[in-house]
Amino acid sequence: MIRWLLWIAGGVLLGGVVHLATVLAMPRAATQDAYSRLVPIAPVNAMVPLPAPTAQASILPFMDPAFAGAVCRYDLSNGMIKLNAPVSEAYTSVTFYTRESVAYYAINDRAAGRRAIELDLMTTQQHAQIPEEEDVTAADRLIIDSPTRTGLIILRALAPEPDLMSMARRALAAAQCHIEPLQ
Amino acid sequence: MRLLFGSFVTFLLAATIGLSTTWLTLTRGVAFGSLAIGAWTAWPKSGSQEIDPYAHATIARDGELPVGIGDGVAFVARTDDAGHEFDGRCSFTLSGMTPPARYWTVTLYNLQGGLVANAIDRHGFTSEEIVRSVDGRFTITVAPLARPGNWLPTGGIEHFLLVWRLYDTPIGVAATTMKEGPMPTVERRGCT
Repeated sequence: MIRWLLWIAGGVLLGGVVHLATVLAMPRAATQDAYSRLVPIAPVNAMVPLPAPTAQASILPFMDPAFAGAVCRYDLSNGMIKLNAPVSEAYTSVTFYTRESVAYYAINDRAAGRRAIELDLMTTQQHAQIPEEEDVTAADRLIIDSPTRTGLIILRALAPEPDLMSMARRALAAAQCHIEPLQ
Repeated sequence: MRLLFGSFVTFLLAATIGLSTTWLTLTRGVAFGSLAIGAWTAWPKSGSQEIDPYAHATIARDGELPVGIGDGVAFVARTDDAGHEFDGRCSFTLSGMTPPARYWTVTLYNLQGGLVANAIDRHGFTSEEIVRSVDGRFTITVAPLARPGNWLPTGGIEHFLLVWRLYDTPIGVAATTMKEGPMPTVERRGCT
């Protein structure tokens, strides 16, 4: 009897281990995560508009239909990313996601404080290679460290009313995301 | 023989318990560090690197991109204030005020996060297009059939949920200790 209880207790304990392991492995194992869903429409290191969600189709779940969106699927293997996003009249934000959908940095037009949001994106190692004085003198250069080599930059522009959606889309169409070799 | 059978039972038990608890937590959307105001719940940390492993596993499985914490915060409601589940064949009112934010949007989704087809092609409201009373308060009627004022159609689907997103807001960034709110009250008005 005791022996059976031990077997069962062992099973329950091991079940806990299986549970934790599968939860922790899910972000790597998921095949339908946001990055995978965007691969077919988003070329590497270029900004493309996100298809607006409709009742028939939505490329990602829980998209905000009041926003126009654009995506840059980045890969920092061959340099750093320079992002330039003119802000629209209502509200514009940029959010950076890791390959595994973790939002590690987000900034909006007001926090950026200019007519355009201009950012440099590089890995922590690349950032460490940049000569220090250059880092200091270029005070207006906002540098973001990416925790992963690949990931997503999502631009969102609000259309406060449905009629203003085309204006929000136009603002995003001027946004650029391109790779530049490190000096 | 007994050893073989015993270890078989143990492994079977481990796999059953482990996989079913994982499935349950991911489909129910278990996450820690929630911020609840009335019927509305937000997980501000899900929009940062401090996202907990359960929320991370859930968004990876669903394919969602959470709202970043420097962008805004998203509140989800699945029931009214009294705990009645949202049913698209019933009507609900959302009324009152919202916490400070530069803009907000409210959107109706099916449980998979898709928009719901309806005759007027309306899936939500923004803070700019809502019709308000003189004192700045507003009422949104979520109902299957047309209503005067701010009507958010349900398309008559069985289950839906609402997401209230506040953009450029102090809520969720540093506000976890202060008195939050107010979020709109949610009341069921009857079913057809």
